[in-house]
Amino acid sequence: MITIPYLTAVSTYFSYGLLFAFGQLRDYSRRIFDWWSTNNLHGYAPICLAHEDFYIRRLYHRIQDCFGRPISSAPDAWVDVVERFSNDNNKTLKRRTKSTRCLNLGSYNYLGFGSYDEYCTPLVIDSLKKFSPSTCSSRVDAGTTSVHAELEECVAKYVGKPAAIVTGMGYATNSAIIPVLIGKGGLIISDSLNHTSIVNGARGSGATIRVFQHNTPAHLERVLKEQIAEGQPRTHRPWKKIIVVVEGIYSMEGEICQLPEIVSICKKYKAYVYLDEAHSIGAIGKTGRGVCELLGVDTADVDIMMGTFTKSFGSCGGYIAGSKDLIQYLKYHCPAHLYATSISTPSAQQIISAIKVILGEDGSNRGAQKLARIRENSNFFRAELQKMGFEVLGDNDSPVMPIMLYNPAKIPAFSRECLRENVAVVVVGFPATPLLLARARICISASHSREDLIKALQVISKAGDLTGIKYFPAAPKKQEEVKDTIKLD
Amino acid sequence: MMIENNLLIDFSIIKITEKNSKANLLHLHSCGQTISPAPNPLGSVRTLSLHFARSTEQKMDTNLVEMFRAGLNWVTMALDAPSARVVLFGVRIQWHIFVEVLLGFVIVILLSQKSYKPPKRPLTEQEIDELCDEWVPEPLIPPITEDMMHEPPVLESAAGPHTTVNGKDVVNFASANYLGLIGHEKLLESCTSALEKYGVGSCGPRGFYGTIDVHLDCETRISKFLSTPDTILYSYGLSTMFSTIPCFCKKGDIIVADEGVHWGIQNGLQLSRSTIVYFKHNDMDSLRSTLEKIMTKNKRSKNLRRYIVAEAVYQNSGQIAPLDEIVKLKEKYKFRVILDESNSFGVLGRSGRGLAEHHGVPIEKIDVVTAAMGHALATEGGFCTGNARIIDYQRLSSSGYVFSASLPPYLASAAITAIDVIDQNPELLVKMKHNIALLWKGLKDIKGMSLASDPESPIVFLKLEKSSGSTKEDLLLLEKMADRALKEDSLLVVSSKKSFLDKCRLPVGIKLLVSAGHSESDLVKVSESLKRLASELLL
Repeated sequence: MITIPYLTAVSTYFSYGLLFAFGQLRDYSRRIFDWWSTNNLHGYAPICLAHEDFYIRRLYHRIQDCFGRPISSAPDAWVDVVERFSNDNNKTLKRRTKSTRCLNLGSYNYLGFGSYDEYCTPLVIDSLKKFSPSTCSSRVDAGTTSVHAELEECVAKYVGKPAAIVTGMGYATNSAIIPVLIGKGGLIISDSLNHTSIVNGARGSGATIRVFQHNTPAHLERVLKEQIAEGQPRTHRPWKKIIVVVEGIYSMEGEICQLPEIVSICKKYKAYVYLDEAHSIGAIGKTGRGVCELLGVDTADVDIMMGTFTKSFGSCGGYIAGSKDLIQYLKYHCPAHLYATSISTPSAQQIISAIKVILGEDGSNRGAQKLARIRENSNFFRAELQKMGFEVLGDNDSPVMPIMLYNPAKIPAFSRECLRENVAVVVVGFPATPLLLARARICISASHSREDLIKALQVISKAGDLTGIKYFPAAPKKQEEVKDTIKLD
Repeated sequence: MMIENNLLIDFSIIKITEKNSKANLLHLHSCGQTISPAPNPLGSVRTLSLHFARSTEQKMDTNLVEMFRAGLNWVTMALDAPSARVVLFGVRIQWHIFVEVLLGFVIVILLSQKSYKPPKRPLTEQEIDELCDEWVPEPLIPPITEDMMHEPPVLESAAGPHTTVNGKDVVNFASANYLGLIGHEKLLESCTSALEKYGVGSCGPRGFYGTIDVHLDCETRISKFLSTPDTILYSYGLSTMFSTIPCFCKKGDIIVADEGVHWGIQNGLQLSRSTIVYFKHNDMDSLRSTLEKIMTKNKRSKNLRRYIVAEAVYQNSGQIAPLDEIVKLKEKYKFRVILDESNSFGVLGRSGRGLAEHHGVPIEKIDVVTAAMGHALATEGGFCTGNARIIDYQRLSSSGYVFSASLPPYLASAAITAIDVIDQNPELLVKMKHNIALLWKGLKDIKGMSLASDPESPIVFLKLEKSSGSTKEDLLLLEKMADRALKEDSLLVVSSKKSFLDKCRLPVGIKLLVSAGHSESDLVKVSESLKRLASELLL
């Protein structure tokens, strides 16, 4: 749990209050100025109600340049960030032709498959030439090529389940498959910080949704007990089935799921486990097989394993792995399988090749090196950040490390300061996080060299001093020397 | 004569016969009863005395009555005794003041008490544990039946007009490759150079360094092609609709949707939590009466956001929406239009600019246009186009855009190239239209089935003339037909597929997706084959 310092909380509230007040003032004066201009709605209700896009117009637009920065290169360790300018106070941003080479701490390029790869890319181009970019058809019609069939086998084998089904988009995997598995009369118990795709999938299913405290198995047990004893609301009939949905690594927290405890609780109460490994598959575990491998959980105990290929594998799409029957059923009923265009064949080929590299089937040990590298890089970077006194969330081994910023003014300040020093970081505010808990998020990649990380630490430290986000006292210098790490200015 | 109402309530009902009442010393005070004023000895206040004069036929034991009366007298005297001489504010207080006070107390006590609730007996830990032990969940999925075991054909080459299945060359009527752009040289070239430059994936959502310059170029290109102010790119065709609709339709808003819309739209409607009213598939009279009903029945709807949701070419039936009529109705009743152009973008209209061009309606009249790019453009992803405010709003509020990794850059560059190709090669469109006409001609006299689609639609939809009444059996029959076409005639044709989540109840049938790449002989072959199979299987 994040405990926000009292003084920071007050100043954050104050800042938002100020922004809100000024926004309202601007809205009000805009209304006065628009008094004379004719109403162009002609009897329609406004498509965006004033309060709905107030946040965008009056808060987000001020710092819009920190988000959606276009790049003109592959999302590798270093990227070319395209410069932008605005003629209307940040309301719209236009691109310049010039770009700056920046160190990339924002992309989910955990294993470094995001850019040209000596093994994968030639194979991908071959499959592009053979199969063209798209099949223009759903999987059940003419959208299954031999590559798709191979991919599903390969994924099932990789994650350690009997069968798998692949869709063209990670988000759609969750939102289209949850409604197939559970419906009215069922119960979904979801972690409070689960991804929007899970939330939307659960909402679309018609099942009852209960939430348990983020990553707290004890609370999960309490909720499970209570719900089984009480049954469905009003009718008190027993639940048809209960699915507990958790994520492997929480993308905004960097925390690793307490899977062993959760699995044993689910087993005890006969609930099914749905594990979303969007960020963890490929990135953690000895051979990159995700949280199950890292925490020593038997994959047979996890009923539904979901993951995406956008992160570690540098491709697109998502998968569900499970028992043979489950996958057969999904193939017959899942709307993403029946109605959506199948995953682009070259992307599918990229996944197969990436998995081969990870498992060393390409004939080199690059995969093992990448996995060792990302663990080393992540743990080094996290330890250094903590030593500097930043409030860093998340667990060891996790390549995602959020640094808490809190105050809204620190969001653009931190981002712009880092960009000035050619480091591209991601800052996250509402709606991806709660309003008060704005943060910067660092994603470490295996393609970062030690020099890259040291440069990043220097820049972040400087920006941190400037913006005052070192909420903890720095560790004494002495300790650093003992540990024989690199001295920092 | 002054009459004052005393606030006394009779505290006991005493049944006294008429005779007795005359002798009764007790004056019962009551309000609202027939009253006869009795002069007060002191003259200051007139008390109202009531002769309780209800005659009853009941015979009472006189002894009992006597005893009762004596007791009552005694009580009265005893009560009166302490205050017999007390005069308060000029009022002589008789015994009843005590009763009033007593009653007041009772009221206070009653009010201060909690209302009656049955005692709560929460389940004990042991009982909860027992319940948990007893609970048996349903299996995660129902048992697998025979019909679920159907395996789709596995393609061994690109899904162009001709493809390879099981080592055999087959004609493909299952890919929405309307303009035959699959395998197009220029597309492959642009993809290859994009793959070499950008890699495969974008490794991030659009907000977080997942915006690559080709995405922005692609958005500009689409806007330019359709002459709309702005465009937003989605990473998956299916997610375009189910993200866009909940962006603009919230709880309380009204959506009038066609009953034949595909699952992506249905899901979007469901997620929006708006009030959804369906009208008959592609029936403008039904739409008109629905709109009329909404606007006259509910006066509040004038202040709500109102939308009409339709598909340009219906994936489930091949019908084309009469946009000119929809726009007329929309303007009359002040509704906004959300139109899915997935199967019409690049296909309909003189230059492939979609349904608006087809009907000669200015594109500004349609408020929100969405489309998947996995059809005529032969790439993947989707887009939504419209005015700047609508697009801008989606960039922070659309869940499928904000929370999903962006489109792989090579697919965006393929989309740009595909639009260029459409712009430069108008003959593709002519060829496709010619092919549709040819197929229609070939299938006109098919027995047992009938053409249910629009003659200009690239989706040629054959529905069963005689349905067995059960969708499941129809589907099995159609699947058998498609299987035989593949096995016997090397034709890849497909039947409708139905997930139990799909709420569309339109008749199922065989779908033929016509491409500009099909040759005349392909089209003759498919119509001959389907005619033969239909007469063998359906008659």
